[in-house]
Amino acid sequence: MVDLSVTLPGMELDNPVIPASGCFGYGREFADLYDINILGSFVFKGTTKEPRFGNPTPRIAETPSGMLNAVGLQNPGIDVVVKQLAYLNRYFRKKVIANISGFSIDEFVYCAEKLNDVEQVGIIEVNISCPNVHGGGIAFGTDAKSAAQVTKAVKAVAKKPVFIKLSPNVTDITEIAKACEDAGADGLSLINTLLGMRIDLKKRKPLLANKTGGLSGPAVFPVAVRMVYQVYEAVKIPIMGMGGVSSAKDVLEMMMAGASAVQIGAAGLKNPYIFKEIIQSLPETAEKYGIKRLKDIIGAGH
Amino acid sequence: MAEKFTVVTNINIAKDVFLMQLYGNTEKITRPGQFVHIELPGFFLRRPISVCDLNGYKMTIVYKVFGDGTQYMSTLPAGTVLDVLPGLGNGFDTEKSGARPLLIGGGVGVPPLYMLAKRLIRDGKRPAALLGFNSADDVFFKEEFERLGLKTVVATADGSMGVKGVVTDALDQFAFDYIFTCGPLPMLKAVYEKTDADGQYSFEERMGCGFGACMGCVCKTQKGYKRICKEGPVLKREEIVW
Ligand SMILES: Cc1cc2nc3c(=O)[nH]c(=O)nc-3n(C[C@H](O)[C@H](O)[C@H](O)COP(=O)(O)OP(=O)(O)OC[C@H]3O[C@@H](n4cnc5c(N)ncnc54)[C@H](O)[C@@H]3O)c2cc1C
Ligand SMILES: Cc1cc2nc3c(=O)[nH]c(=O)nc-3n(C[C@H](O)[C@H](O)[C@H](O)COP(=O)(O)O)c2cc1C
Ligand code: FES
Repeated sequence: MVDLSVTLPGMELDNPVIPASGCFGYGREFADLYDINILGSFVFKGTTKEPRFGNPTPRIAETPSGMLNAVGLQNPGIDVVVKQLAYLNRYFRKKVIANISGFSIDEFVYCAEKLNDVEQVGIIEVNISCPNVHGGGIAFGTDAKSAAQVTKAVKAVAKKPVFIKLSPNVTDITEIAKACEDAGADGLSLINTLLGMRIDLKKRKPLLANKTGGLSGPAVFPVAVRMVYQVYEAVKIPIMGMGGVSSAKDVLEMMMAGASAVQIGAAGLKNPYIFKEIIQSLPETAEKYGIKRLKDIIGAGH
Repeated sequence: MAEKFTVVTNINIAKDVFLMQLYGNTEKITRPGQFVHIELPGFFLRRPISVCDLNGYKMTIVYKVFGDGTQYMSTLPAGTVLDVLPGLGNGFDTEKSGARPLLIGGGVGVPPLYMLAKRLIRDGKRPAALLGFNSADDVFFKEEFERLGLKTVVATADGSMGVKGVVTDALDQFAFDYIFTCGPLPMLKAVYEKTDADGQYSFEERMGCGFGACMGCVCKTQKGYKRICKEGPVLKREEIVW
């Protein structure tokens, strides 16, 4: 028997498989297909202080081995989300990870405070890396000083462990990672999407209404593995690794790079059953590589 | 886990238009106007295509070669097994129909209206069909609608078949009390503006997931935002914001 369990600050997970923010809604659509209590946990859609409609459509474009999205953080606002979370335990009994975003430090703080009393939230993931909103989000994630400020401000109010979600759209991700660690982050999530663009040949215009969008899916996997590997060497706090994961082997590879748990986004939009398929095939795949406890391979690639 | 469908036939029925029959578990398809999301090897995103007809476990779709994915689809031989998410979207609500609904289709907006016509007839309604295409080469399913007993009028932009012009140029040939329509956005808008009958309009949007998880396909409506893949693709006339 392979032991799939892993640990994150404040959370014991049955397995490391966690659907990523923005790719799983609040889980309901998936709960209609199968029992989602098999998951380690899940991260719900990025939430802001005020409700947001997001960007105009088209918001989605296909790419070789992946996709661009420019959803732009569509969400009903933290107050509504907190109310809705009361119903979550009807179809998901484990702890969830909340994902918050903002356009000012006050907004991040507001959202984090609101989540303090939501029992089912185990970890707060702070998205300072969304490439699809203007004048916020990513601006905090591409500058070490701003990243540290957000971290410090959220940590000052949050009663839950805080993970900072990092952008890959930077020259040196380890610099930002270290700044967040020094500012008190309990962990790091990486990577968010890579900034990209497609042009419609017939219209001679960018395909997305927002012009640019975030690239995710298998296309980004090697970039994500590299960044998790580098950040693992630079910090001591735990990492949730993501970016292009779409098989049990990818989960193991991400963990060997240094991830304590693994998030999956785009692959689950293409195949909603993939979380179940990966969890089911993890023991057999691990055995093939002589792994008895998944915990043992975290950072094994170093 | 997602359903496997086997290609039974895949034939060219008009310029760049193919009719594909697939065999598989169709139980999740409950309404006309719903779509299936088809995975194609070598393409990351699935392709949304409307259900055109249903006969037990046999499903018909009609698609136009538009880009690389549909081009690839057109080459698939019988026996190919495809991974499909069936029965997505709300579909048309036939219970809301008047006694004499007019079905207005443009190009590859026509296919879902075929299954709709069959359901309406089963429900005791008397539907008629108005089908718009660019040119005679593009026309398909005229006879199929006629065989169901529908009064069917074709409009072509170049006048090479039927009425010369767009569908709204032929509206006066029908007496109707309700509209079901599917086609390109400018056509939907023209129908909306030139008529005042109640009705249901089927929209298209680029999709990430097709089942409500990514917020990729959202549009504004009079009743808040809706996901075209989940609360759509069919919107009631009074919900639409242009
Ligand atoms: C609910 C719904 C029902 C549809 N029903 C039919 C049908 O019955 N018959 C038919 O011929 N076509 C239908 N379409 C349009 C069809 O999905 C596109 O023509 C097809 O996806 C194009 O794929 P491609 O690879 O050839 O084009 P590409 O341009 O290479 O595709 C690239 C990406 O853009 C997406 N895309 C491109 N055009 C559209 C479009 N018009 N709508 C949505 N996504 C698009 C593709 O799915 C793919 O992800 C429907 C679309 C929707 C949303
Ligand atoms: C449609 C879509 C929406 C997303 N929304 C969010 C979001 O709201 N907040 C966030 O932190 N990340 C968001 N992401 C990024 C993912 O959580 C993840 O970091 C990224 O997609 C890389 O993983 P993947 O390659 O497995 O998709 C989104 C990604 C996609 C594809
Ligand atoms: S396509 Fe993902 S929500 Fe509609």
